[in-house]
Amino acid sequence: MEMGAKEKNQQLYKPYSNGIIAKKPPSSLQQELLELRGSASCSRTEPEFEMADIFYFCRRGVESILDDEVTKRFSSQELDSWNLLTRSNYNFHHISLRLTVMWAVGVLLRYGVLLPLRVTLAVTGIGLLVVLTTLLTFLPNRELMLYLSEKIHLMCYRICVRALTAIITYHNRENKPKNGCICVSNHTTPIDIIILANDGCYSMVGQLHGGLMGMVQRAMVKSSPHIWFERSEVKDRHLVAKRLSDHVADKTKQPILIFPEGTCINNTSVMMFKKGSFEIACTVYPVAIKYDPRFGDAFWNSSKFGMVNYLLRMMSSWAIVCSVWYLPPMNREEGEDAVQFANRVKAAIAAQGGLVDLIWDGGLKRAKVKDAFKEEQQKLYSKVLVGEQDEGDQGDSTHLEIENPDDSTKGQ
Amino acid sequence: MGSRASTLLREEEIEEIKKETGFSHSQITRLYSRFTSLDKGENGTLSREDFQRIPELAINPLGDRIINAFFPEGEDQVNFRGFMRTLAHFRPIEDNEKNKNAAVSEPLNSRTNKLLFAFRLYDLDRDDKISRDELLQVLRMMVGVNISDEQLGSIADRTIQEADTNGDNSISFNEFIKVLEKVDVEQKMSIRFLH
Repeated sequence: MEMGAKEKNQQLYKPYSNGIIAKKPPSSLQQELLELRGSASCSRTEPEFEMADIFYFCRRGVESILDDEVTKRFSSQELDSWNLLTRSNYNFHHISLRLTVMWAVGVLLRYGVLLPLRVTLAVTGIGLLVVLTTLLTFLPNRELMLYLSEKIHLMCYRICVRALTAIITYHNRENKPKNGCICVSNHTTPIDIIILANDGCYSMVGQLHGGLMGMVQRAMVKSSPHIWFERSEVKDRHLVAKRLSDHVADKTKQPILIFPEGTCINNTSVMMFKKGSFEIACTVYPVAIKYDPRFGDAFWNSSKFGMVNYLLRMMSSWAIVCSVWYLPPMNREEGEDAVQFANRVKAAIAAQGGLVDLIWDGGLKRAKVKDAFKEEQQKLYSKVLVGEQDEGDQGDSTHLEIENPDDSTKGQ
Repeated sequence: MGSRASTLLREEEIEEIKKETGFSHSQITRLYSRFTSLDKGENGTLSREDFQRIPELAINPLGDRIINAFFPEGEDQVNFRGFMRTLAHFRPIEDNEKNKNAAVSEPLNSRTNKLLFAFRLYDLDRDDKISRDELLQVLRMMVGVNISDEQLGSIADRTIQEADTNGDNSISFNEFIKVLEKVDVEQKMSIRFLH
């Protein structure tokens, strides 16, 4: 099964194309409205309103009700054909007895054999990590401690990868992140960390949790320079930036692993990168991770499943098959601000992973969209009505047209 | 072991919706999937909040009016039937050639019904007339703060002047149809559904 999965990895994943409606290629608000009105309009002295203008907004509105770019990113990707997991069963009808039997055999295999094996491995892996890193703190020789710590981290991550039966194909390893830099990646699941750490040592950034997670975090930081924040410190952007800068300035320290989306997205697209990590003056190494949904759904839908539930689902899937591409390092160029740099990196990651590049914010999972975007639409329409009276600011980096001009869709 | 979607949607219902709206079987199940994915409360109906959760709809200047079109008078929830009935307005007209069902008096996606849908977006109080005030309010929704009251008022006045034929200073549905007779409503108010 491993060999078969590895071979399939070579081609670029076919993006999900089972849409509900056929969308026209995106055109601007002005273009559409002019089409709507036909060639009748010529003089621009009077503001022009046509009652038919409403059709444009009406149709865009209903199209977005039928199929929008954002809400579908926060739930698992639908499959073209069933992979014998009940959890991926959305629209598939009962086909045959044979399929049911295969499914039942699959269940027995997954829950009876694979799951117990994997759970044992996972417990061993985490247990070893905690115990050994704690033991290491007793070593007087700091250099030796750091060296061993790296080895131990790698070993434990490799055990965890086996625990998930993660079949990972690393591409372009010559571009692996170096010390004293930042590594950014698209975020689908907390397992991303294990997948990347399997191949190299990173410093993690994150909030200190309580409970089991917190214990693991505290153990890890004793021997390795991870950056954990107290809950209260997380809001303080300057503090965060300072700690990150300090870490990066020290060229002996491992690269920092950051997920600029800030939340888990379902691996069909890359959403807005928060600019914070791109303001720090150092080289950025982008990494693209793409999971093959046929073997198991890696996306963590945090509103539906807690962490333990999620891990159990992971360990009772067939396997986690993914590809990791290390992209060449990027630096902020002259005259480029953090947002533009972030978008450039995002576009590179999306292109490599075959993902849709969106400028919508992943935070829309929980928060409402900002009014500024609606105001932008209203402004555009006003311009059509009264003409281009003032050439306002072009190239505003928050500019968002309803049809998403930055959308570099791949085969959608 | 049936599919999750159709265990909640019975075959008879699908047939009824098919007759009423003209959607095909597979389109209906596909749209039911979409309906359930929007239904965060999982109670078989959509509320206004469920629609507003769609960012592309929330930034549409007429988003609220469109959402309103789904809800019957005075109600706060729309079930799947109502959802489909409203969406049926956007089926392309040529699809009717295949669906020669004499029982349906006028298909929901006829030119007249599409125009009626658009008319109702303007007609805020549902009294079958677009008054100057209603037109102003809708205009204000579309332009935001970027046009002054006076300019907007004169736009509204001119529009009513051009459309109003019986002199009651408001636009009736027939006057509305007349104004838009040259517009390719079929194309502009149609969405191509796949399958």
